[in-house]
Amino acid sequence: MRAQLEVLGSIALNLRSTCFYLAFGRRYGQPVRMGAINQQIVQSGLLAVPIVTLLCGIVGVMLAIQGMQTLAIFGAEQFINVGLAVSIPKEFSPLIIGIVVAGRSGSQITSRIGSMRLNGELDGLAVMGISPHRFVDAPTLVGLVISVPLLVVIGNFSALLLSGLYASLYLGISFEAYLAQLVQLIELSDYLLGISKGFVFAILIAAVGLGLGRRVEGGADDLGRKTTASVVTCIATIIGVDALYSILEQL
Amino acid sequence: MSLLTVSNLQGGYGTNIVIDQCSMSVSPGEVVVIMGGSGSGKSTFLKHLIGLKPPMAGTVSLSGEDLYSGSMNDLYRRLQHIGVAFQNGALVSSLSIFDNVALPLRETTNLPEDVIEVMVRLKLELVELLDKQHLLPSELSGGMLKRAAVARALARDPKLVFMDEPSAGLDPVVASALDDLILKIKEALGISVVVVSYELESAFKIASRIVVLDRGFIIFDGSVDQIRGSDNPRIQALINRTAEPMSFDPEEHYRRIMGIPEG
Repeated sequence: MRAQLEVLGSIALNLRSTCFYLAFGRRYGQPVRMGAINQQIVQSGLLAVPIVTLLCGIVGVMLAIQGMQTLAIFGAEQFINVGLAVSIPKEFSPLIIGIVVAGRSGSQITSRIGSMRLNGELDGLAVMGISPHRFVDAPTLVGLVISVPLLVVIGNFSALLLSGLYASLYLGISFEAYLAQLVQLIELSDYLLGISKGFVFAILIAAVGLGLGRRVEGGADDLGRKTTASVVTCIATIIGVDALYSILEQL
Repeated sequence: MSLLTVSNLQGGYGTNIVIDQCSMSVSPGEVVVIMGGSGSGKSTFLKHLIGLKPPMAGTVSLSGEDLYSGSMNDLYRRLQHIGVAFQNGALVSSLSIFDNVALPLRETTNLPEDVIEVMVRLKLELVELLDKQHLLPSELSGGMLKRAAVARALARDPKLVFMDEPSAGLDPVVASALDDLILKIKEALGISVVVVSYELESAFKIASRIVVLDRGFIIFDGSVDQIRGSDNPRIQALINRTAEPMSFDPEEHYRRIMGIPEG
């Protein structure tokens, strides 16, 4: 328990230092560079678009299939759009994107920072008077905070579009009419709640990925262990936070 | 004024004291070689000197300013006035050699890119790596990597440069070329250099002064001629490369081999 608390503490301290340089770095001659943020956006956001589009689309279709099978019991298949309009933007799209980004970027961040630590690159930066928190950590955090909510928007679009396409074919109604109905059913608050989850998940992935990367010690063995721990911790935390969202909503 | 002053430095890891009561200074234009055998505390001493490890007691001052006083940002600001070439280079593996040397200039100065480009080319020319500027660190040989690290350490024209075991792992010809480079840096640029090394030949060639660390204490601080004339048996053992006579206790040896705890 003590060890877990120590890890949590070091992750929190690392995140605090990163946020400090984001807010005040320029004042101390340690500005966070736009170029590095752009690189992270490309890495975590742009390059994840194909897989996110595909996975969210598939999950959307699966939801439509399962939902209509259940509703068919009551002869109410035509109400599938109500379920999709609520569950996709609020729940499924942010969750899938959180898990995908945790798998792709969480592992990449931990292994990158861990390798830099093992090769002495972080020490090399520090002795040049360049804070590793602002040079490596801050662009990673900002890049994820920008990318993940945008991926949620793309995921929503893909899941709603493909599930709608399936449902309209199954129900024998026009796709345009189905979409118009769906747009009317989507509550802005649900949509924004989903995007806010993306924002929170991005901070979690960055904090865990960077924090565990900084704790890599010894050699390749520990690097592998910390990379795996990073992905598992990110996914577990994302699911936990998502559950917390649902519980708080019920209160 | 001394560029570097170390007063009664005590340092180590956790509660384990590795170096103690270490005092030394570096004046402008000097090449000071810190020597010592394995486990003497050289690497720990260097970490304290270059801002990677706050001392347990004592002070490290750069140009009269306490290196570790104030916040992390004060430390980073002071470190921008020195250069460090690590044993393994510690270059950013995702950046080319050119970008690695340009890194401290881009990140800690407001110089325009065209000026940075010229400064980087000058440093790469000095270490004879201008034709390798587009390569990644992983594409360089050990000697080239060390020279690239030297170029990066010199990028901001510091008054004081630290080098960690520059000759380690290199063949004699390349090691000698690196020694010549250190002398060239001192003579052409007037830079003071602190070299941590265990290579005797190299130390005698480049040093203005030699500091010997032994079991965590500085046991000698003087010129090359003085060290040669020293009658301290530990120093004689170091310069004559003679192993320390070992006392052999058969019972103690048996206990260690069999893993029997003492008592």
